[in-house]
Amino acid sequence: MIKRLVALLALAVALSLAVGAQWLGLGEVWRAVVDPDPGAPATAIVWELRFPRTVLGLLAGLALGAAGALMQGHTRNPLADPGLLGISAGASFAVVLGIQLGATALTGYIWFAFAGALLASVAVFGIASGRRGGPTPVTLALAGLAISALLASFTQSILLADNASLNLFRFWVVGSLSGRDSTVAAQVAPFIAVGLVLALVNAPALNALGLGEDVARALGQRVVLARVIGVAAVVLLAGAATAACGPIGFLGLIVPHVARTVVGPDHRRLIPAAALTGAAVLLLADVLGRVVVSPGELQTGIVLAAVGAPFFIMLVRSRRGAVKL
Amino acid sequence: MTLLQVHVGRLSGRVALRPIAVGVVGLALTVAVAVFSIGHGSFGIAPGNVVSTLLGGGTAAQKLIVLDLRLPRILTALLVGAALAVSGALTQTFARNPLASPDVLGVTHGASLGAVAVIVLGGGAAIGAVPLAALAGALVAAALVYVLAWRRGVDGYRLVLVGIGVGEVVTAGVSWFLVRAEIVDAARATIWLNGSVAGADWAQVRPLALGLAVLLPLAVATSFTLQALQFDDDVSKALGVRLQSARLAVVLTAVALAAAAVAAAGPIEFVAFVVPQIALRLCGGSRPPLVVSAILGALLVTAADLAARSVLPARELPVGLLTAMVGAPYLLWLLTRTNRRTSA
Repeated sequence: MIKRLVALLALAVALSLAVGAQWLGLGEVWRAVVDPDPGAPATAIVWELRFPRTVLGLLAGLALGAAGALMQGHTRNPLADPGLLGISAGASFAVVLGIQLGATALTGYIWFAFAGALLASVAVFGIASGRRGGPTPVTLALAGLAISALLASFTQSILLADNASLNLFRFWVVGSLSGRDSTVAAQVAPFIAVGLVLALVNAPALNALGLGEDVARALGQRVVLARVIGVAAVVLLAGAATAACGPIGFLGLIVPHVARTVVGPDHRRLIPAAALTGAAVLLLADVLGRVVVSPGELQTGIVLAAVGAPFFIMLVRSRRGAVKL
Repeated sequence: MTLLQVHVGRLSGRVALRPIAVGVVGLALTVAVAVFSIGHGSFGIAPGNVVSTLLGGGTAAQKLIVLDLRLPRILTALLVGAALAVSGALTQTFARNPLASPDVLGVTHGASLGAVAVIVLGGGAAIGAVPLAALAGALVAAALVYVLAWRRGVDGYRLVLVGIGVGEVVTAGVSWFLVRAEIVDAARATIWLNGSVAGADWAQVRPLALGLAVLLPLAVATSFTLQALQFDDDVSKALGVRLQSARLAVVLTAVALAAAAVAAAGPIEFVAFVVPQIALRLCGGSRPPLVVSAILGALLVTAADLAARSVLPARELPVGLLTAMVGAPYLLWLLTRTNRRTSA
């Protein structure tokens, strides 16, 4: 099954390089990649426009898919998404602050967003942990939702007073891969790489935690350590992806459900499957966004919801769908 | 939990004291905040005069200010708070999930799409049609969620997942409208999306009050089924609950309550999530209590509205933002204190 997902992802990457305002044949793309001819327009399109964007989509998709699976596992809640740790709300608040401080370019937001995501999730984890040991699934989810709502209300009060900020912010918050150059991908790549490794390391412990904390402890798991690793992975993955592309939380919410119907609930297979599915889905949504309103484009976040959600509903309704956690 | 043994003739039962205490204190606070809030404003009125005006006395000027200008707004806040909190308590119980709120039934998202569409497409002229559009959007979206989740009956888990899916499509519609709108319309839509009870008049209060007079007793009447729906489906059936009709009744009540509230005040959705959780933590027990939730919901929205009018009188913040600023820290504080004591 993993092999099929890899094949799907490869197809998505190829399409992402080939499709756009200027359609390229797969042969042209191949030549531009293996034997770039500096004079040909195809080389410029592939290397300068579509390659950075595809790499970014690949990274963000892998990150959000894996982060979603981790988050649903740690909260044992099918409604959890990476944003539940306060990541989207923290990043949004920090971006609005950044706009207030004078950042106007998409690339200028990235460190604000990352710092905001980091601080918000540390606060959520700290409050959810309380005085006695690590957080429970319920306290983690509730603390996350409360912190998110609090930060969102601060964000909104700034935006209500300042239409100029709203004008910049509404294009960031919708979530998109466009307009980000290759430095953005390079900046977030190390965080996502570390996050993916932590996620895979966390998988066996997550399986044990699914049986309840007491059982997990009896099985020899160090519960608090496992929670810390999991949350750190989610913060790195989702924080970096949100910083780069804006909040695309929905991907992290649905992809684990899709992956669960394919590989089942074992986190050792679920996490890689969710990562691969996330990347494929994000790239395909991005490609579709370039096609439907060509030569302009529809923001990836909107495409994802408009096309991904009906697919998700079909899946939930189907016989194999709604595999419980 | 402290239980009181009660004997009345041949009947006897046990009454939990804590929810009653919380309810009474909450009610007293709500009345106090409401009276203070009516007296508070650019033309201040002492609480004693507010009460006497409400009871039929007062000067002509006081009557105008209290009865025509401020009372509708305060009543809207009270009713909206109670409706959202009960709707949230119902949703969280039947979905068996503390993260569920009427959003997952499609209500708030549908209402937002209806309202934003009217604001963006109709411009300034259509502002009067916004509550109606919100109500229509809420009901259509909720019906869509229920129909799509139907597959030889509706299962709570599937309903919630389908609700998320529908909510996302609808939210994408809202974002799309916001991105393509003129910035003036986008700003106006943002104000509505944050929820506000400013400018409420009697024409808005009457239908809301009428709706709640029917729906709140209905919600309390579902209490027994709710108690049973907390368990898994097989246990509920064994307890004699007709699953599908019980679930439909609970969902319908929750949707209608939330839709009425959202049409009146915009999506103050955080109330529906936070109040049942606060009520549960204050009262103890295994599921959010309905009556106490209603009281605390009314208290939260009234207090937030008062704060909205006092903190920055020149630039009134929407009450939806204040409910989050007041409610979220309180829930966080409760979480750090009562960590691990409650499970739902």
